[in-house]
Amino acid sequence: MDKYYIYLGVVLAVIIFIPLYRVLRGPTLFDRMLGAGAIGTKTMVLIIVIGLVFNRLDMFIDITLAYAVLNFIGTIAVAKYLTTSGPRRRE
Amino acid sequence: MNWNFVLGNIIVSAGAFFLLIGSIGLVRLPDFYARAHATGKSDTLGVMLTTFGLLVHEGISLNSLKLLLLLYFVALTSPTATHALTKAAYRAGLKPWFKKDPPGPRGCPTDIDACALDDLLELKEDD
Repeated sequence: MDKYYIYLGVVLAVIIFIPLYRVLRGPTLFDRMLGAGAIGTKTMVLIIVIGLVFNRLDMFIDITLAYAVLNFIGTIAVAKYLTTSGPRRRE
Repeated sequence: MNWNFVLGNIIVSAGAFFLLIGSIGLVRLPDFYARAHATGKSDTLGVMLTTFGLLVHEGISLNSLKLLLLLYFVALTSPTATHALTKAAYRAGLKPWFKKDPPGPRGCPTDIDACALDDLLELKEDD
């Protein structure tokens, strides 16, 4: 019963590789950024599960909080950059 | 066999299922907006369910307080990030895909202007 979280970590590590397809050959820049955000979100869950496996949940939760803030800031920064310094409009 | 372990495992499995569904939607759907719809909602629900299941598994302690903080933070920021990215795409002129359009190469719309990553970067350079 204690092996449940090890199996869950393996399953999550497989799930993380699925959005990598969208990051590698997404047609637009926004698709790539969306895939990167999805990978970061799933990595947060994987870090908590690793903390539970290693029985050091107190340390790994702080890492997860920092990672969540970093993921959010990165996506917001890219979105803001693409809206403000946009290309020449062609309408 | 204590009940919070079993209940936590069930909730965590449901969260992992939603994460899997969000990933499949991100790969399979035809358009950026549809992909943002898939991954924005089901990833948020998946992370929230997983964190809540670990919270049930953990019981009442300082760790569960931090997990509650993480759950609140994810519920606040994950839809915001998706919304900001979608709004940036709309401002940059990415056109949504309609069902009457035939699906183009690589699953993107056939409108070349809508798929213009290289175009976007080139226009940015000669400003």
